[in-house]
Amino acid sequence: MRQGGRVGLGLVLPLALAIGWEIAVDSGLVSGRLLPPPSRIGATLLDLAASGDLLMHVEATLIRVGLGFLWGAAAGILAGALVATLPILRWLVDPSVQALRAVPSLAWVPLFILWFGILETPKVLLIAVGVFFPVYVGVSGAIASVDRKLVEVGRIFRLSRLALAWRILLPAVLPATLVGLRTGLGLGFLFVVAAELMGASEGLGYLLVDGQQFSKPDQIVAAIITFALAGKLADMVLVTLTRPLTRWQDTARESL
Amino acid sequence: MVAATRERPAVQAVGARLSVEAVSHAFDIRGTPLPVLDRVSLAVEPGGFVALLGPSGCGKSTLLRLVAGLEPPDQGLITVDGDLVEGPDPSRLLVFQDPTLYPWRTVRGNVALGLEAQGVGRATRAARIDQALGLVGLAGFADAYPHQLSGGMAQRAALARALVNEPRLLLLDEPLGKLDALTRLAMQAELLRLWEEKRFTAVLVTHDVEEALILAERVIVLGDRPAAIRAELPVDAPYPRHRDDPDLVRLRRTILEILGQTT
Repeated sequence: MRQGGRVGLGLVLPLALAIGWEIAVDSGLVSGRLLPPPSRIGATLLDLAASGDLLMHVEATLIRVGLGFLWGAAAGILAGALVATLPILRWLVDPSVQALRAVPSLAWVPLFILWFGILETPKVLLIAVGVFFPVYVGVSGAIASVDRKLVEVGRIFRLSRLALAWRILLPAVLPATLVGLRTGLGLGFLFVVAAELMGASEGLGYLLVDGQQFSKPDQIVAAIITFALAGKLADMVLVTLTRPLTRWQDTARESL
Repeated sequence: MVAATRERPAVQAVGARLSVEAVSHAFDIRGTPLPVLDRVSLAVEPGGFVALLGPSGCGKSTLLRLVAGLEPPDQGLITVDGDLVEGPDPSRLLVFQDPTLYPWRTVRGNVALGLEAQGVGRATRAARIDQALGLVGLAGFADAYPHQLSGGMAQRAALARALVNEPRLLLLDEPLGKLDALTRLAMQAELLRLWEEKRFTAVLVTHDVEEALILAERVIVLGDRPAAIRAELPVDAPYPRHRDDPDLVRLRRTILEILGQTT
């Protein structure tokens, strides 16, 4: 009950703003040409949904984010684990990776277009690049900061190397890895917009560009809302799927 | 039980005999060796309780790590029951200053670790874990996670995790060092009871003179780094001991003098 109340409280502000804007436009106080009232945005969303266009755009975007996330996360976990466990690799590779991390995402766009054209490859790659860094940083940091004594306790009990990795290292690095994956997924949604702005014929990013070019602010806002919903939904799916892995952390998790 | 003194009943001695012979060891600090142990020799009879006392950072903990087999000594020999220590072994268990419990395992799961590694069957495991938890007074907390325990309880869980393996040599690296004063007193009595009941050999590293005198049959005083043995003092007072026992007060003064802390 109390939690329901809290959720309700969080809805008060956006609902009040939406209703206020609706009334302002309705009474002719403002024109609503640049920011259409919620009813028009809702109608646009419904139209898009009814024609099947919305589903197609959402699907295109989600597939790109999903593929980019898979590639980026896999590469990030692999590179993070290698760099954290092999000092030679750390000294050799980590400074360069950290330097690349500082490059703004959009800076890659021209290069990727030049290299891979404007089809799916550069888009997925750009998203993968965005996902890679937080996962890499999370995994390598987590492995590097595993309490040496936790490993020593395992050695004293003579766990095999495999058991040591499976029962001690893996659970110890899991929470930070999952945080890295979550951050990565968020960045994936950030980067998919950049990717779809570089020339796409479908996807939520395309809806944004299209809305701008043909002066359809209601479509832009509808796409933004869909982005928010899709991102939130993807995050919830990730958290739900991984929750059993970190059940012991429940108390810490609730504050996230 | 007032006469619970040195003539303990002749239960089979499970305690191991520890022998440290002329062990020297150095840390490698950026290529420069920093000697921490200088020809340390000591022997602990089966079932004995010895305290290693010395200023902090003098190398006491390093000695325990060597005995536990976590690192090989640079020089010298360490044997347990005549066998050379060549690596960690569940019969020689180290309890750290921090409980170092696995936060993702319940208390039961933490205590189970050693038995799992040895491949002890599920049913036997459960019985032995329950017994160990009962021994340290944590019977009701088997399913709690470490973050739900107080400092004293977490250290009890760490003790149970060691005891469940029936160690023959228990190495205690300032296990009560981070507890509050009252909990520490309670845990000292607890340790003593466990030792008298289980008859393992105990080596306790501490910088608390009083704790050493309350618990150990023999106190070995180590000097500053590199640690060498400065004195070995038998403590003959019967258990349970009292802090204000004049013999102990005298010993305490002697030890503080050896450590250069005359007051």
